[in-house]
Amino acid sequence: AARGCGGIWRQARQRGAGWPGPGPGPFPRRQRAVAYNARGGAVPAGKSGLAPWVPVVGLEIHAQISSNSKLFSGSQVQFAAPPNSLVSFFDASLPGTLPVLNRRCVEAAVMTGLALNCSINKKSLFDRKHYFYADLPAGYQITQQRVPIAVNGSLSYSLCIDKKMSQMVTKTVRIKQIQLEQDSGKSLHDDTRSQTLVDLNRAGVGLMEVVMEPDMCCGEEAAAAVRELQLILQTLGSSQAVMAEGQLRVDANVSVHLPGEPYGVRTEVKNINSIRFLAKAVDYEIQRQIEELENGGTILNETRAFDSKLGCTVPMRDKEGKQDYRFMPEPNLPPLILYDAKSLPANMNHQQVINIDWIHERLPDLPSVKREKLVEQYGILPEHSFTLLNEDGLAEFFESVVKQTQMKPKKVIGWILNDLLSYLKQHSLTVKESPVSSFLLADLLNLLEKKEISSTAAKQVLAELWKGEGKTPLEIVKEQKLELLQDQKELEQICQAVIDGQENE
Amino acid sequence: AALKDGLRSQVSAALKEGRVTPTELCQRCLALIKTTKFLNAYITVAEQIALKQAEESEERYKRGQPLGILDGIPIAVKDNFNTTGIETTCASNMLKGYISPYNATVVQKLLDQGAVLLGKTNLDEFAMGSGSTDGVFGPVRNPWSYSKQYKEKSVPKSHSEDEESNWVITGGSSGGSAAAVSSFTCFAALGSDTGGSTRNPAAHCGVVGLKPTYGLISRHGLIPLVNSMDVPGILTRCVDDAAVLLGSLAGHDPKDSTTIQDDFKPFELPNLTDVSKLSIGIPKEYHTPGLSSEILALWSKAADLFKNAGAKVVEVSLPHTRYSIVCYHVLCTAEVASNMARFDGLEYGHRSDMKDSTESMYAATRREGFNGVVRGRILSGNYFLLKQNYEKYFVKAQKVRRLIANDFVKVFRSGVDILLTPTTLSDAAPYTEFIQEDNRTRSAQDDILTQAANMAGLPAINVPTALSERGLPVGLQFIGRSFQEKQLLTVAKWFEKQVQFPVIQLEEVKRHDSDVFQHQKSASFS
Repeated sequence: AARGCGGIWRQARQRGAGWPGPGPGPFPRRQRAVAYNARGGAVPAGKSGLAPWVPVVGLEIHAQISSNSKLFSGSQVQFAAPPNSLVSFFDASLPGTLPVLNRRCVEAAVMTGLALNCSINKKSLFDRKHYFYADLPAGYQITQQRVPIAVNGSLSYSLCIDKKMSQMVTKTVRIKQIQLEQDSGKSLHDDTRSQTLVDLNRAGVGLMEVVMEPDMCCGEEAAAAVRELQLILQTLGSSQAVMAEGQLRVDANVSVHLPGEPYGVRTEVKNINSIRFLAKAVDYEIQRQIEELENGGTILNETRAFDSKLGCTVPMRDKEGKQDYRFMPEPNLPPLILYDAKSLPANMNHQQVINIDWIHERLPDLPSVKREKLVEQYGILPEHSFTLLNEDGLAEFFESVVKQTQMKPKKVIGWILNDLLSYLKQHSLTVKESPVSSFLLADLLNLLEKKEISSTAAKQVLAELWKGEGKTPLEIVKEQKLELLQDQKELEQICQAVIDGQENE
Repeated sequence: AALKDGLRSQVSAALKEGRVTPTELCQRCLALIKTTKFLNAYITVAEQIALKQAEESEERYKRGQPLGILDGIPIAVKDNFNTTGIETTCASNMLKGYISPYNATVVQKLLDQGAVLLGKTNLDEFAMGSGSTDGVFGPVRNPWSYSKQYKEKSVPKSHSEDEESNWVITGGSSGGSAAAVSSFTCFAALGSDTGGSTRNPAAHCGVVGLKPTYGLISRHGLIPLVNSMDVPGILTRCVDDAAVLLGSLAGHDPKDSTTIQDDFKPFELPNLTDVSKLSIGIPKEYHTPGLSSEILALWSKAADLFKNAGAKVVEVSLPHTRYSIVCYHVLCTAEVASNMARFDGLEYGHRSDMKDSTESMYAATRREGFNGVVRGRILSGNYFLLKQNYEKYFVKAQKVRRLIANDFVKVFRSGVDILLTPTTLSDAAPYTEFIQEDNRTRSAQDDILTQAANMAGLPAINVPTALSERGLPVGLQFIGRSFQEKQLLTVAKWFEKQVQFPVIQLEEVKRHDSDVFQHQKSASFS
């Protein structure tokens, strides 16, 4: 670890950069002693109170495109396949091979661009970015440096501004551009045998690089923005966006400055493997820079890696100092031309053209729209709509239960969030893996709604249902005699019997 | 059938009628390759594979089901096209011993049509050169050095100089292919043309060299020099044969996104009788200081030939052509630097034993694998691509390239059908003289008349025209409109017929083909 890291780490821990357990989503608890608030304004740094530092955070996100084959070759795309089993001649950069653009990847980028309110460039270009690295077989990466496929978009995301997560604010980050580019392979360094092993399965897989403007000011905001992007990508199906599998990779550019002064020197933080770590890494880096500056130091324009075990960022060994990527137009690919309804040529083979309007019309409901609909249709709280969408399949589960029961959606949501979700979290299950189907839960809630059982009994039945023994709620109720008695005479008899018993004593 | 006959009219007919079998043809070519080994035209001769292909072809003829005109025709391919089962070296240490797992599209197309692949021809390393003298397998010798015509006319300057020091270069970089066609060891050969690499050696070796329009023929499998200018080239003995080859190779390739989508219809060339509707442009800028008086005279004679036949002959101007060389230098080296980056010793090709670090292994591999010419171009290319130089050199060169291309557009728009220019400044230089200057100087001089067509992507063809005073071939170049190969070749064929370029008289060929080798009239129009 780098010098001074331990001391700062203790401070960072004191700041409690924790993750709120099974709570609603990725929003870390508000942290004290940091020089920002959720509205992005500068506030005095908690610790010294000397200077009101303004942190600035921008993100560069690489999202692996979900497609059957790679960006420029026919090789399959698959996670965790045997090393070098998915490598075409082009992927291995055999001399004389040429790139052939994958239509699906272009469509995914257009969808993503539209969902992020970008203007789609009807003509975009490909460039070569040169550097020598073992997992970059051609010695260059094909990317879109000059004219990317989508530009000037925005992403709205929400985050809680209090600890109880009951008050949310919506913020917007500008999207500078989305560019199509090739992924690299993977190098595995075997230090003991001083060997480097190269796996080219990932080489040439399509990536969308989403460049966000530095409109954020803390880890929490960065995390919320990325989480929203992740949901959008998953809704579109343009990327599976699973960070743990490297389908979504986030680099954070962080700087701090004093109000009214130009932006400070920024550092780039890499090696962030989860949204939780993103919040931690950004906040750590902000704090580190503030402390560095307040102690009279300077910030170097460097690349730092986040060490998730130590919870701090450390300088990365720079690949031979400053790189000049010697960008050059990719001569083997003609400009990428997209059409809209207006510009679509009449006698063009539809297999050969991509119609932006056609894709636009078929975009699915985005998470923000889905949430609004949920709130409007079912009268649930906005923050509940966030929780519903944060878990894959949970909103659908909720809606399915609502459809099958007479219980009011506002009441159903309690059962979904407090009972179902916490059970699933406790047992690390996904919604799809839930032992209780929406049908069974609806059945149970109907019994409750019809007052056939009490709510305490309902919890008992649910506890039984988790076992997944295939019994219906009604069967369990009968077995365990949990019914509420509704027959006046029977109740009178019972009461009488109790009273009689008392008298006999 | 004679080795020097045209494909469509003679060889194909002879094969069909059974007057000659594919195996006989193949064996004759292989034997001739052996007796002309001193030319160093081939890097690899794939004898066994060729004989097997010939045998299969023979079966098809026996069944009466040949695949077309090319079935059973022996061909050769420049050693920068990938071929499965046969080494592809680019005449470089970097790829010595490299066997590609796939065929270039053009190679596959030839094989699919039954052509017999004899072997891979010599070149300048990675096609960087204009002499076919700078490959790791040594220089190619021009067959005309050993012709009766040259021997008669070029009296050794002193008696101490033996024949050995008199041999002339083929030009390049497709010198091996040009020599192979010229010496009758194959009927046609593939070259590549980036700045003139097919037309230049065709001119020096007295064969037809066609550079088709960029995008008409797939580059997939051609190891690139400059992707935005490279075109597979066609070397044949007559214009009709070039049309046959073009028909078999042209068309969209899903593996090369820069090929045009439109269908290409193969064509037969008509015998033009009336040229009076033609407008021939003579670009005055091609009258450059280095042009030999002999070629200048030949050029104006050719213009007169058209004029006398009723064609309109007009002087035209291509004002930006003079910037072509410096512009080409920047664009070429930049793409070279980029294209050569893949040769790092990891995936394929030469790998140095240096094991200190990955970086030192890269450095040693590239130093050992590339010759000085390649390394020099990589160095300058990377310089031009540096961030601080990019606008100043690369972007500027691209703009100049556009101006050069626009010149052609204007001229063709003015009503000119075809441009007529010399192909080379002079006839082939003796090797000893040629190597006095370095590769860069030579390439800059030698590509001067051919390069602009690559800049503009236009089709151009060298037609052998006459013998020089030294008894060496001299060719003229026709440049046509984009994708108007049929018009270009039709005019070239008419011209070819008028000039009656003499057949090379080689002892080696005479021995092999004595039955039909007859003394053709050397009546050239000069």
